[in-house]
Amino acid sequence: MSWLSRVRTTIASFTKRETAENLWHKCPSCGQMIFVKEYEENQSVCPKCEHHGRIGPDARFDALFDDGMHVRLPAPSVREDPLKFRDSKRYADRIKAARTATGESDALINAKGTIEGYKAVVGVQDFAFMGGSMGLAVGAAFVVGVEAAIADKCPYVIFTAAGGARMQEGILSLMQMPKTTVAISRLREAGLPYIVVMTDPTTGGVTASYAMLGDIQIAEPGALIGFAGQRVIESTIREKLPEGFQRAEYLLDHGMLDMVVHRHHLRAEIARFISYLCPQEAAA
Amino acid sequence: MTAFLDFEKSISELDSRIAELREGATAGAIEPEIARLEAKSDKMLRDLYAKLSPWQKAQVARHPERPHFKDYIAGFVEYFMPLAGDRAFGEDKAIVGGFGRIGGRRCLVIGHEKGDDTASRLKHNFGMAKPEGYRKAIRLMEMADRFGLPVVTLVDTSGAFPGVQAEERGQAEAIARSTEACLALGVPMIAAVVGEGGSGGAVALAAANRVLMFEHAIYSVISPEGCASILWRTADKAADAAEAMKITASDLKRLGVIDRIVQEPLGGAHRDPAAAIANLAKAIGEELSALVGLSPAALRDARRQKFLAIG
Repeated sequence: MSWLSRVRTTIASFTKRETAENLWHKCPSCGQMIFVKEYEENQSVCPKCEHHGRIGPDARFDALFDDGMHVRLPAPSVREDPLKFRDSKRYADRIKAARTATGESDALINAKGTIEGYKAVVGVQDFAFMGGSMGLAVGAAFVVGVEAAIADKCPYVIFTAAGGARMQEGILSLMQMPKTTVAISRLREAGLPYIVVMTDPTTGGVTASYAMLGDIQIAEPGALIGFAGQRVIESTIREKLPEGFQRAEYLLDHGMLDMVVHRHHLRAEIARFISYLCPQEAAA
Repeated sequence: MTAFLDFEKSISELDSRIAELREGATAGAIEPEIARLEAKSDKMLRDLYAKLSPWQKAQVARHPERPHFKDYIAGFVEYFMPLAGDRAFGEDKAIVGGFGRIGGRRCLVIGHEKGDDTASRLKHNFGMAKPEGYRKAIRLMEMADRFGLPVVTLVDTSGAFPGVQAEERGQAEAIARSTEACLALGVPMIAAVVGEGGSGGAVALAAANRVLMFEHAIYSVISPEGCASILWRTADKAADAAEAMKITASDLKRLGVIDRIVQEPLGGAHRDPAAAIANLAKAIGEELSALVGLSPAALRDARRQKFLAIG
């Protein structure tokens, strides 16, 4: 055995699970090294600086619903790649890659269950799936989530996370703005609360539609929230942006939110609103 | 004389030649030659505009001499009474709105105004509205609803203004509420994309019962340059992005996003503004006639169904 193949064998036996990368998480904010297990048990919040990491639907549902018990709503079927879009890669391939990477069908997943005994339908946007971007699948899932809430006479809670509309679906992604707004009108007419929790990051057409129409507007600490992207604004005004611009706390100061809530307290805070706005709906 | 676009170079050269001939002409001897060249120029223009690429249409849609909001008002809105302010922060002249009559019928007319010289472009912020512009639109739409006035909007914006103060005052929220206000109307609403329909800043005034679009207008989720710089990593690929995103009236009609294409005069609305304005007036009049008389609930439901069905 040559020295080269010996090295190769050693590398091959170094399985994925044992790599430092899988054991440790480095906080992007303070640089602290944290055991992945410990980090995940802390709902992906840095124990040192309280930086809120991005989490997907599973972690969200587990943390929010009573004992983590929930039923996922089936993803509605929509036309795939309606424009046969292609940039440097085919959009169809990008979707395929996102599905493989996340195990999800698209960027918005709904589930129902109870939160401190109160029924709720919860939608979670997954930034890991093509930046959470809003296309036909996200719009249709939003409508399905709202309809389930109306059928169950319970609130719809949405956790937003998106770079904006999905450009690869062109104008059809833009049309999800009025579409989701129609769904919200129906929820309002049914007298049911619509609770928005904005997570990092929520920008573009998502912010300019369903993410800003909540009866109650909550955001996680430090979340980037805005309409226009920071680089676009910088190039328009040709000066540096103010400290903390477009962060959750900045929006709270400017009257765009009701509160900024630490991830550990979201469940209790959401339950408090549901119990107040839908007191009769407590599960037996 | 019309400002020629880059892709119109051959026609521009021919037209200069015609002008030279005219100037030099003393006798009628060269009249047949001029007529021949004019016919040739006409045919070239016709051929060129019959198959404009999406990126070329973007150039036409943004042509500085294309009619703007004030031209349409002067052209087909009688007794226009502009109204101002959002009653909360300020008056945003990027969006103009007021009462008037179209074909004798009372209407609220709202639209983006880009301006047509340096002073007016600055005054109207190049048609890029801030939150107070959308909040003024909401205020006016709610008033139209109470007084039973149909709402007509003319969309022509590269997008909502991306600035620090606009974000601070809730640009996203203002756009979301304006879209919601359109969808809540119990009166007929007609939107016409007359130039650029740029993203959320456009849709906030376009969630209408009937959406019309000029033949060479564009309507898109992001500008071709913006899309290219994100997905192709260079704004130079704007023509490819324009092609891929499907931004033209015929594409959007096929996708069910718009309801009606309004024809433009040969060579685009800027070559014969009066004809373009007349075509739009006729289309809006016909669409209004079809909607007045429907009940508030029927109008609202039809509008909601229309947007739920897109996709």
